[in-house]
Amino acid sequence: MISSFANPQRFLSISGPLAALFGALAVIALPIGLWQAFFVAPPEQDQSEAVRIMFVHVPSAWLALMLYAVMGGASFIFFVWRHAIADVAAKAIAPIGAAFAFLTLATGSLWGRPSWGTWWEWDARLASMLVLFLIYLGYIALRAAFRDDAREPRAAAIFCMVGLVNLPIVKFSVDWWTTLHQSASVMRLDGPSMPAEFLQPLLVMALALMALVGALIILRMRAEIFERRADAIERRREAA
Amino acid sequence: MAEFFEMGGYAVYVWPAYGLVGATVAGLIAHTLISHRAARRRLRALEGEPGERA
Repeated sequence: MISSFANPQRFLSISGPLAALFGALAVIALPIGLWQAFFVAPPEQDQSEAVRIMFVHVPSAWLALMLYAVMGGASFIFFVWRHAIADVAAKAIAPIGAAFAFLTLATGSLWGRPSWGTWWEWDARLASMLVLFLIYLGYIALRAAFRDDAREPRAAAIFCMVGLVNLPIVKFSVDWWTTLHQSASVMRLDGPSMPAEFLQPLLVMALALMALVGALIILRMRAEIFERRADAIERRREAA
Repeated sequence: MAEFFEMGGYAVYVWPAYGLVGATVAGLIAHTLISHRAARRRLRALEGEPGERA
């Protein structure tokens, strides 16, 4: 499975149906998740209807972290084994990760105002999430600056791997420092502490967005492979 | 119905949150589909083939 993904030609032949499958899953799960988020989940005791922001805020945060971890893994694979497809994957994921890091900050701000009384606080969880967003932007800017330079993939991979150090800081910031942000209530060693009536819609929303993101990553990887092939053909013609 | 949209007085926080996510995700989808199509067209034109090989 993994080795067949490493071959761009084979990736192209399986990725079309795979993207369609993920897309279909998202189309089915998203309406269910939204319906549950608004009509099944009850108003929360303290924050009333504002709790519904959670159903987009938390999946966005999971995606922002997860996508960076995948990018880091892909960068490592590219750095060590020079699989071009791993570089293509990391490049395809970056803008999607940046978008979800932005959404985490924006929806968190909209949730923080009614529940904490502030749009923003310089505390560890919020600041480290902002740093994650800036790392995504730095990665994208680095690739743009090195465009048409043979060193681009390697420089990007090194930058991405260095940025991995921020991931545990985001995840454990709520345990290591005193922060306004609540501690983990789903991804805990002793299991989720969130009531099922909130947990279930949250997981459906997360699944829907992950499926959608899966489809987007595959399509962006295909687009990048097409572009690289087109570039190669043009270079050959110019050389001839 | 109006009560639903009021979101218990939190409408100004809940709807912008969902609106931002919806708009950003829609933008991602549109950008991805457009660049996928453009890249495939460019490659096909260069290869001079009518059908998609991949």
